[in-house]
Amino acid sequence: MKPAPFDYLRAATLAEAHDVLAAEGSDAAVIAGGQTLVPLLSMRMARPKVVLDIMHVEELGGIRLVGDAVRAGASVRQAELLAWRDLAARQPLLAQALPWVGHAQTRARGTVCGSIALADPSAELPLCLLALGGEVILSSKAGRRTVTADDFFTGLMSTARNDNELIEAVSFPCARAGEGFAFREFARRHGDFAIVACAAVARDKGVTLAIGGVADRPVVRDFDGASDDALHAFASELDARDDLHATAGYRRMLVCKLGAQTIAEAQQCRG
Amino acid sequence: MPRLSADARHTIRIDVNGRSLEGEAEPRMLLTDFLRQKLGLTGTHVGCEHGVCGACTVQIDGAPARACLTLAVQADGASIRTVEGLAPEPGRLSVLQEAFRRHHALQCGFCTPGILMSLDWYLTQTPDPDEAQLREFLSGHICRCTGYVPIVAAALDAAKRLRDA
Repeated sequence: MKPAPFDYLRAATLAEAHDVLAAEGSDAAVIAGGQTLVPLLSMRMARPKVVLDIMHVEELGGIRLVGDAVRAGASVRQAELLAWRDLAARQPLLAQALPWVGHAQTRARGTVCGSIALADPSAELPLCLLALGGEVILSSKAGRRTVTADDFFTGLMSTARNDNELIEAVSFPCARAGEGFAFREFARRHGDFAIVACAAVARDKGVTLAIGGVADRPVVRDFDGASDDALHAFASELDARDDLHATAGYRRMLVCKLGAQTIAEAQQCRG
Repeated sequence: MPRLSADARHTIRIDVNGRSLEGEAEPRMLLTDFLRQKLGLTGTHVGCEHGVCGACTVQIDGAPARACLTLAVQADGASIRTVEGLAPEPGRLSVLQEAFRRHHALQCGFCTPGILMSLDWYLTQTPDPDEAQLREFLSGHICRCTGYVPIVAAALDAAKRLRDA
């Protein structure tokens, strides 16, 4: 497998990256870690004319606390966020979910924003961003805008990003007092894409459960408590499908069982 | 900002196993092919070419990574370690390689370079791993010969010898 030919541009500044995207539009593909894009190129599922490398743009680096949120710039690798010393204190859900993102060998290269940008329905980071009610910061030559996770993920590997826009950063709200978090996943092997992944945020009133790997994008639902009936009703509403790995019915069963476990764990963890 | 055109070859300079090397690559060339075809380092194996099998694992800037998920142009200026860089000198194996030999942790050997490069890094991060940790870590590699049992045994043995050294 060899990718089709493309030009390669390595941006040194954000302005340079914006210029390329303004000029090339949908002909350009942004590469950061490349852990999803490179196989898409190799399988020729993506055939951009230009690949724009943003890993050397200084403005896009770094993990910062902005307001009450953890903000990861576009060139922050998954391993970097996992190793961030404040992670477990600031956002335990990310600390629990990140070890499930691929393998050590892909986390060393893959970026946090790249996973958000590709919006794979079974990927862990889009699931966490939705469960936490996070935001995506997009920018272009025309300016900057902030989009909620719910508005950003529009469907199967599709997002609200325009062709001339770059994801500058993603913003995960920090844990607040009284919240509890849990993440669980079922996959064939550790590091494989999830057959079903669950993220739960428990508060004094109710719990938010997000489910990945089932529908075209992760689905979020608020529950008063963790009644089996409510979970069962939720699972049966999901647009589940059969594939090579599992049937739709099996996925729904996993949503009920794994969902109940995740909710219970999140409620136990409430600080 | 220079534009590396699709139909031309461009000079890529990387530090490989402590030596500064250069070769020519089109933008679409994968790091696996660059290492093998341009630099002659055929120890890095090409398996699935989409990041699943782990055979092409090398260390990029000190951390294990799939060479097949990296473009050679992305690696321009990077520091890379391949399986050729493990042995301390010609005719001598590293502690990890020696443990693989002792425990018969390979049969056909196709997956071995990738597993060695991953474990070489992992044992610096986790000097005293247990079997469960090793098995979870090895989930990033596919071996069809051994059933993993001798690989885990070799890794445990190498970890102990490295701790005692």
